[in-house]
Amino acid sequence: MVNTKMDRNVKIGLEIHCQLTNLNTKLFCGCSADYRGKPSNTHVCPVCLGIPGSLPVGNKDVVKDAILVALALESKIMSKLLFFRKNYFYPDMPKNFQISQYDKAGGVPIAIGGHVPIQVSNREKKVEIIRIQIEEDPAKLLHQGSIDVSPYTLVDYNRAGIALLEIVTEPCLNSPKEARIFLQKLRSILEHLGVSDGKLEGAMRCDANISLIGGDRVEIKNISSFKEVERALTFEIVRQRSLFSRGRKVEMETRHWDVVRRITISLRTKEAEQDYRYFPELDLVPITISNEAIEKIRRKMPELPDARRKRFMEEYKLPAYDAEVLTGSKALADFFEECVKIYPYAKKISNWIMTDLQRWLHEKNVEIFESRITPQALVSMIRLIDDGTISGKIAKRVLPELIITGKSPEEIVEEKQLLRISSRQEIEKLADKVLEDNPNAVKDALVDEKAVHYLVGQLMKLSKGKADPQLSNVIMKEKLKNLLDK
Amino acid sequence: MEEPYSLSAKEIVEKIRGRELKAEDCVLSIFNRIEEVEERVHAYVTLSKELALQKAREIDAKVKNGDVLGRLPGVCIALKDNLCTEGLLTSCSSRILDGFIPPYNATVVDRLLKEDAIIIGKTNMDEFAMGSSTETSYFGATRNPWDSSRVPGGSSGGSAAAVSAEEAVLALGSDTGGSVRCPASFCSIVGLKPTYGLVSRYGLIAYANSLEQIGPLSRNVYDCALLLNVLASYDPKDSTSIRVPSQDYTQFLVDDVSDLKIGIPKEFFGEGIDERVSKVTWESIYTMEKFGVTWEELSLPTLRYTLATYYLIAMSEASSNLARYDGMRYGYSIDDDSKDWSEVYLKNRRIGFGSEVKRRIILGTYALSTGYYDEYYLKALKVRTLIRDDFNKAFKKFDVLLGPTMPIPPFKIGEKIADPLSLYLTDLLTVPANLIGSPAISVPCGFVDDLPVGMQIIAPALREDLLFKVAHIHEQNHGFKDYAPKL
Repeated sequence: MVNTKMDRNVKIGLEIHCQLTNLNTKLFCGCSADYRGKPSNTHVCPVCLGIPGSLPVGNKDVVKDAILVALALESKIMSKLLFFRKNYFYPDMPKNFQISQYDKAGGVPIAIGGHVPIQVSNREKKVEIIRIQIEEDPAKLLHQGSIDVSPYTLVDYNRAGIALLEIVTEPCLNSPKEARIFLQKLRSILEHLGVSDGKLEGAMRCDANISLIGGDRVEIKNISSFKEVERALTFEIVRQRSLFSRGRKVEMETRHWDVVRRITISLRTKEAEQDYRYFPELDLVPITISNEAIEKIRRKMPELPDARRKRFMEEYKLPAYDAEVLTGSKALADFFEECVKIYPYAKKISNWIMTDLQRWLHEKNVEIFESRITPQALVSMIRLIDDGTISGKIAKRVLPELIITGKSPEEIVEEKQLLRISSRQEIEKLADKVLEDNPNAVKDALVDEKAVHYLVGQLMKLSKGKADPQLSNVIMKEKLKNLLDK
Repeated sequence: MEEPYSLSAKEIVEKIRGRELKAEDCVLSIFNRIEEVEERVHAYVTLSKELALQKAREIDAKVKNGDVLGRLPGVCIALKDNLCTEGLLTSCSSRILDGFIPPYNATVVDRLLKEDAIIIGKTNMDEFAMGSSTETSYFGATRNPWDSSRVPGGSSGGSAAAVSAEEAVLALGSDTGGSVRCPASFCSIVGLKPTYGLVSRYGLIAYANSLEQIGPLSRNVYDCALLLNVLASYDPKDSTSIRVPSQDYTQFLVDDVSDLKIGIPKEFFGEGIDERVSKVTWESIYTMEKFGVTWEELSLPTLRYTLATYYLIAMSEASSNLARYDGMRYGYSIDDDSKDWSEVYLKNRRIGFGSEVKRRIILGTYALSTGYYDEYYLKALKVRTLIRDDFNKAFKKFDVLLGPTMPIPPFKIGEKIADPLSLYLTDLLTVPANLIGSPAISVPCGFVDDLPVGMQIIAPALREDLLFKVAHIHEQNHGFKDYAPKL
């Protein structure tokens, strides 16, 4: 069992690339940014293909999005928008340079500094941000199986030129779990801002830098989802510790996360930092970002997760823990608020979401938006408990059906015949059967209170949980009394 | 009547509008001329006769119907082969663009077509515009129509030779360090480099993007202004394109220049300039005096740094602009599936690029690399600012600056190509205008041993009007539009 708990000897820094999915077009051309599910190489034009003679033209909405994110992360926004070329050769690069930003040689990123507060084991930790920058996404490479055994590589340029925000953290994360919590918080913030929909495939990707004490820094690339981040980092810690234990040194290198085999593989050794020969992108003109422009955007900031959390505590009178869990993702928080719109008892909703709902989602390995449960369905289910149609216990069996099938609770109760049995007649029949089948228990029950519970339990079991527990208790006691009287 | 191929653009437009001439006849005449002389000149990489005839017939139909015509109806124009033409091979005179057929037109091409101009073909150039003699072309050198053993200048040598030899009425070239003005000077025609940002670069295959502009080549000053009218306007597809109110540059061909003050930088006639070239240029200056212009000498000390500054900047930008040529999506490729992608890229570029291009890419890469960036590229940018300041000071006192376009007359093919530095030195007088973004024009001003000499006029940014004024006066005086090479 690997101990990957917070360990200050483990230093993790993350480089997250977030697509600005709310934009209509790519960063430097008019191609539609809605490329998911479309045939490959159809959302392309001379500019994003890097056809000779083409020139980039900046998408103005990108700057607004970047400023929103910088404000939310409390980063310092720079007064000039400057783009630089990052020069390197790779098959996913149509121009063999990426138009990006740089923080030296006269360049500036869109914002520097900032932080994201997270809760780890009931402590608050501030994850420090080094910088935020705007850049274009390269094309997508597709392989048959793992990158090192695939007989070919296919290139799909639909993604080339999509606007990305790169957010780089200090190496201040000390465990894979912290990394995951940070990423979830960041995603929630971006979703609440409305700039990046983390639910879309490939919308948030991450490279990680990890070093253990005594070893060099290893970069892990190609991590495509948050689940993979925790796995990749955990694997890497194990790998590095195993090297140490065999007296081997961890060298500086770049490794590729193989999502199929769940290992990191070495791609190339970083003898030195790769030289990207950064220099200004001269086909674009520097743009000034005024304080007025920033203030205008600040006034339109949507509610962020932390503010939402506080509001949940005040408005719905929820405890801190509940509020924290519910605002962990925008989808979950939205779901909760939709429920509360049609049902007055917020705490009841919260309980159901935090316990059974989350547990089932976790077990089925889906997020709430991937399931089929609707706020209306959950509220209906709770109402069925309220009016006695089903018991709380039965509801726990209805809930997974809501998640998987998307049917209404009424339909499910009907189909599976889960209606609470509350007719005296029926329960008496069941009670009689139980008494008949359990003569020894009956003898005990006449003198021992505990045995009565046992018999009632058997009645519940016989009724498959549907019998009204209170009424069953009353009837069972009556019958026993009758026997005693006899 | 003169052969249509000898007519100026102005005359063709008038005659077509006046129904005295048919566009189809213009095209046929030009192609006859091409057939006659092209073998000796080698100005063209690609000729598109059928498309030209098709377009000509459309124009003739328009005339017949009384439809509104554009500003260049029936004018046969040649395009330097680094301008993207949809459906027509665009090679930059390089092997690495083998088979490259652009899926779009450069903005300037669309504008020409809109004005009913007729594109007749793509002209030879130095590979990727890197050169001053059109000798680095993968397709072999173009010859100077005035002396076929000599270079036509470069890198727009094919365009200039075509216009000079009357194989085209007008042509477009591109000017990064003198590539329109140099061949204009060597071929005894007019060549203009507009203010940086005045003409859209969308569709111009980049060599050095902070330095280059597309420019007109013509046999007289009026035609040059006419063509600039069509080229100069804001293009949203080019972020470096300037928004200026459109104007008619032909209105600046006036006879009154008595208010103009000309500055003559001493360094334009100093070390490295052939004495005979100096002499011919001075003669033109003295003659202009009688039109009322005044001139005065000045010194621009930063001129000694312009060549080094230019080459550092140009090569650095080129190393990045030419990175995209890897054979994967277009152009030459060895197409070997058994090799790793990086090996294929290396081979494609090794085989596809000529040696001058490789030289500049290597030097540019070096200048941008860690440890050298500050020393070379950044320093060059700083010096560029100093050069700008120098010229701005001069322009406070003078309306335009003047001197020879090239330090030497056209040299023999093969004479300098083995010594790259000696070729770089020939750019001495032309690179300053690119570094500061100012417009500059070259006009013929005489001969040295029967070899053409050009005079260069430089104006402040967006003051093409001043260039046309001075060029016009000089042309009236000089009569160079009646020159023609014997072919």
